Amino acid sequence: MQQSSRRWFLLSSAFALLWSSTHALGATIRGALPFFSKASPPERVVAGTWKYFTSDEATLMEALVDRIIPTDPETPGGKDIGCVVFIDAQLAGPYGDSAWLYTNGPFHKGTKEQGPQSADPPAVQYRKFLAALDHYCRSSGTPFVRLGDDKKDEILHGVEDSKIKFDGIDAKAFFATLVKDTQRGFFADPIYGGNKDMAAWKMIGFPGARYDYRDWIDRHNERYPNPPVGIADHPTWSASR
Amino acid sequence: MATKLPRKDVAIIGLGWTGSILAHQLTEAGLDVVAIERGPWRDTATDFSPAYMQDELRFRIAHEFFLRPAQASLTFRNNENQEALPVRSWGAFMLGNGAGGAGIHWNAETWRFLPTDFTARSHLTQRYGTEFLPKDMTIQDWGVTYDELEPHYDSFEYLCGTSGAAGNLKGAVQQGGNPFEGVRSRPYPTPPQKQGFGHTLFGKAAAELGYKPFPQPSGNLSEAYTNPLGVKMGPCTYCGYCEWFGCGNYSKASPQTTILPVLVRKSNFEARCECEVTRINLNAARDRATGVTYVDTSGNEWEQPADIVILAAFQLFNVQLLLLSGVGKMYDPKTGEGQIGRNFSHQTMSSATAFFDKTKFNFNPFIASGSIGMCIDEFNGDNFDHGPLGFVGGGYIGQVQTSGRPIENAQVPFDTPAWGAKWKQAVKDNYLSTIYAPSACHGSCYSYRTNHIDLDPTYKDRFGRPLIRMTMDLHDNELKMSAFLTDKYAEILQHMGANRVEKTPRKGPYDVTKYQTSHLCGGAIMGDNPNNSAVNRYLQSWDVPNLFVQGASAFPQNAGYNPTGTVGALAFWSAKAIKEQYLKNPGPLVHA
Repeated sequence: MQQSSRRWFLLSSAFALLWSSTHALGATIRGALPFFSKASPPERVVAGTWKYFTSDEATLMEALVDRIIPTDPETPGGKDIGCVVFIDAQLAGPYGDSAWLYTNGPFHKGTKEQGPQSADPPAVQYRKFLAALDHYCRSSGTPFVRLGDDKKDEILHGVEDSKIKFDGIDAKAFFATLVKDTQRGFFADPIYGGNKDMAAWKMIGFPGARYDYRDWIDRHNERYPNPPVGIADHPTWSASR
Repeated sequence: MATKLPRKDVAIIGLGWTGSILAHQLTEAGLDVVAIERGPWRDTATDFSPAYMQDELRFRIAHEFFLRPAQASLTFRNNENQEALPVRSWGAFMLGNGAGGAGIHWNAETWRFLPTDFTARSHLTQRYGTEFLPKDMTIQDWGVTYDELEPHYDSFEYLCGTSGAAGNLKGAVQQGGNPFEGVRSRPYPTPPQKQGFGHTLFGKAAAELGYKPFPQPSGNLSEAYTNPLGVKMGPCTYCGYCEWFGCGNYSKASPQTTILPVLVRKSNFEARCECEVTRINLNAARDRATGVTYVDTSGNEWEQPADIVILAAFQLFNVQLLLLSGVGKMYDPKTGEGQIGRNFSHQTMSSATAFFDKTKFNFNPFIASGSIGMCIDEFNGDNFDHGPLGFVGGGYIGQVQTSGRPIENAQVPFDTPAWGAKWKQAVKDNYLSTIYAPSACHGSCYSYRTNHIDLDPTYKDRFGRPLIRMTMDLHDNELKMSAFLTDKYAEILQHMGANRVEKTPRKGPYDVTKYQTSHLCGGAIMGDNPNNSAVNRYLQSWDVPNLFVQGASAFPQNAGYNPTGTVGALAFWSAKAIKEQYLKNPGPLVHA
């Protein structure tokens, strides 16, 4: 999702200067439709090395996403489908440091209707929450990853219901973010590291990145039969991967 | 210190729908026009590739095409007693950016307002009496009528190739169209789009309940079309990636698919992208614009002198530039004085989610276009008797589900846990058999004394200018209307055979985190005299007659429809007045 902004800057400046030395830097368009663009295909996220999480954090994250989306006999859970690979890549990009958002201070807690006002971008919130959860569980004797599923769920419900609170972070609000990000990783195009083998799309019957249903708009109440495709994924290609 | 550039006849701020229409009309009149756009240049072939446009995460969730709050944002509060805080990420509305503006990412629902929408105050007080309207409601007549705008609605629809079924052709009501619409002079340029299973079933149920359903007027085209400028569009493929996305098929009406290919070939037109206008320059008497000042990508400041300035940014930024440039007087809600910033409104959206038996219903929700859907208009505007109901306004109601993209559309019954095995099972059980159309009840939003825009005292943009401050709340009138529309919609869903219908009427307070369309209106409203409006009926500033302010900032209140059809019509209407009246005799077109 990141752009090659330097290349764009050079291209656009050249374009502007080409037309007139008196014009400002920017992109001056006149005479014909230009063929230049900032746009680029997404970069594939590949599992292997963590881009943001430490390996301990990643292990804890895998335990968390497996409770948010548990494995069942037909569809993998959050860990195996790649939700942590997805979130890790997101946190290493502009989502993680709120690069695209309004981040000027001062920071005041407002009303619910005024929206989140934290000075911490998501990457920092993840780090703080994971450390606080780890500390909470170890203080009780057992690290989160070694607890049984029921005990894990009990703690997460406690966080969700504000019965368990951590210093320095709004754990309840963060947990909602964690659920949202995990579900995004589950359903996003597999190019971003989650939804491995398009398993989430297969689970619900979503055909993915298809672009033409003209033959199907009139076929009412009939199950669409074709398997999903991703931006860079197709069932018939997977043998080579 | 700004470097002064050679003079132009016209400087246009923003190259979205209205900037493109004005640029085309005024270059046709022989004027030398420059459009200054703060976002990037974008075009179909280079930016909306069908090889990777179908990406919900990148374009819907991460907002790639939109203005970034880091670039410009606003502050928000519900009332004067609160401290406004910055909108740090977009929620209640999404703001376009770049060439094409919001015309890239819209769903292309292309409606006309009702004739009585333009005479809201006089019509409603005549029918229900002066005491019927809430005391602090500040709705007013527009100063322009539906009949005056009709030829310009027609121009916009034929520019776009809009697909639809006429409901009132030269006074004769047509079967299958919207019987409540104003008189139209000719049919839509292309026939209606096809409808999916859920949309068709809704239309059938509505008809059985005695309503007159019709296909939503659509800027996603039913067939190939060549517009009056000679620009060709292709048929929509119902891909389900319309709103928030650019169309890779040349099927969605946008400046890119209707105007820009012609406009950029003109020798008397130039676009400067990634250049942000920071102020409109005025003479010492503040009664004439001398041009604009803008900042380029390297941070250098330039002054562009111009004889006419067209302010064609998004509603919020139109108001911001007027306030920062000292055009007119800032509205004060305490005294009611000042015209810039008053009558801010949005759209009162609500819906219901319907869950059906998965063994009997398969909706394939991913097969859809941006403006697909069957609608009814019985409860819009003043099409029904408000007397016993105790509110004014209304909206169209429709099954207008535009996609099955799963991050946003995987709905579960409301008592399902938010995560865990039960959530996963519920998603699996309901995805194909649920009707989820968040904009099903497209309610009006009338204006009030206290809902307004001014400048924030604390927070600044990247140039150190004050952010806009929005003071906005929902009023009882709108909440009552929303509950009423939602009930009517839910009845139709129930009649379709739903197992379970969960209603979500709009509730207060106004919440800036919850999406409710990007239809922000008002703040520089039109009217018949300078004591009730910022611009006259031709969108000409009362204070600065060589400044014309386009777009929905001119709406005195918002009707129960998507605004773009009316925004387009007003742009053609304003352009005609400039060409036929202003150029012959530059000065005020209406004498106060």
